[in-house]
Amino acid sequence: MEFFIISVIKIVIVLLIILTVVANLVYVERKVSAAIQNRIGPNRVGPWGLLQSPADVLKLFIKEDIVPSTANPFIHSLAPVISISVALVTFAVVPFGGSVELFGHQVKLMIADVNIGVLYILALTSLGVYGVTLSGWSSNNKYSLLGGLRAAAQLISYELSLGLSIIGVVMISGSLELDRIVEMQSGFQWNAFLTPIGFITFIVASFAETNRLPFDLPEAEPELVGGYHTEYSGMKFGTFFLAEYANMITASSLIVTLFLGGWQFPFLETFGLPAMMATVVQVLTFVTKVAFVLFFFIWIRWTIPRFRYDQLMNLGWKVMLPLALVNLVITGGLILAGLF
Amino acid sequence: MLTEFGRVLIFFIIGAVFVAGGLVTAWLIRPNRPYPSKLTTYECGEVPIGDTRVRFNIRFYVIALIFLIFDVEVVFLFPWALVYSQLGWFAFVEMVIFIVILFVGYAYVWRKGDLDWDRPAPKIPTFEKGVGVREDHLLEEQVVGS
Repeated sequence: MEFFIISVIKIVIVLLIILTVVANLVYVERKVSAAIQNRIGPNRVGPWGLLQSPADVLKLFIKEDIVPSTANPFIHSLAPVISISVALVTFAVVPFGGSVELFGHQVKLMIADVNIGVLYILALTSLGVYGVTLSGWSSNNKYSLLGGLRAAAQLISYELSLGLSIIGVVMISGSLELDRIVEMQSGFQWNAFLTPIGFITFIVASFAETNRLPFDLPEAEPELVGGYHTEYSGMKFGTFFLAEYANMITASSLIVTLFLGGWQFPFLETFGLPAMMATVVQVLTFVTKVAFVLFFFIWIRWTIPRFRYDQLMNLGWKVMLPLALVNLVITGGLILAGLF
Repeated sequence: MLTEFGRVLIFFIIGAVFVAGGLVTAWLIRPNRPYPSKLTTYECGEVPIGDTRVRFNIRFYVIALIFLIFDVEVVFLFPWALVYSQLGWFAFVEMVIFIVILFVGYAYVWRKGDLDWDRPAPKIPTFEKGVGVREDHLLEEQVVGS
């Protein structure tokens, strides 16, 4: 029973943190994009525009929900829920700190210590495509259908490189547990340095999987209006919005966990800090790393223009896939040469 | 004793409650004033023409098929990667052979042009002398006729 309560408390805290971060991430993105484009950005609601996100959420709550009369209402409502659940549930296996002793219990700072964490992530990220495709199909709008189809083709093209670049990490650490993968990256033995090609292919594939620019072809405002969410309004649109940013957070956490050392602070054990303080430092390290990767996501979005669709597919199939396979062979050779 | 996947289930349920809470609250407080033209789909502000659920490009289907083959490859690679460092050179050679076999298939797909999204216009087979002249003649007649 105590385990149950501890789990529930952990889950509620993590969910609240994610949802708060999502709301503030929208604000940060608008501010950063304003800075990049030499504008001011939101500055009217609250000090420095800090209350812009709550105001936006409130607006979404009281907006009318319009479902086209030719749409399929059930699937139309189901699609955003699929998107958000996949984005949130993937976070369940991400370790955000070492283990800590609380009230006589050893509590691991991750929600579920699944022993096949990597497979779990791959399985769930591939479910994400259903939310986008079903919303595109159910709206009965031509733009949405095109957006949904594009999303399906894009996601499956990039999922291969995603999976193949993770295999390099699995080879080095010899484990599918994310906790173990993080522990292997102590000091500066980050997988990003050990398999640089895998790191780059994983980042590019993550951008494509989260539908972020330069790969946001499913939305592509100039040509497809809003793509798969053209016919969404009110809180259902808000849910898609939430899902996009939650996906970004999950993708950043995965990049940090798999390639950038997770919660490891390099050479922390040499300082001899008390256990509680060391854990706080670890969690802060994780948060800082994730914040850097999130900033990188935003930075890329406002710097690089969108790909054309045939360029996107060519990059995925003719560059990323061979590159990921070559990376496997190189990593295998280096491990046998005893370099890791 | 709660298993790890049980925790994932609880996480899913609590997350679903959060999301459903948002959607239900919005459903309770939002206005609802539909009228027919508001409920049409968006098509540049015009009245939509025709049905959306039409046949679409076969290219999407071919990509899905190729994906299936390579995804199975990824699945095969996972158990191998897990025990790689214990197996040594034997595993490396085995894997290189496996990847090379798949690479041949990959090269074939590439050569056949199934990876090209922007496929060049199909080459119309040329006819032997004599036959070709007759076909050209027919074509010209059609153009004149239309």
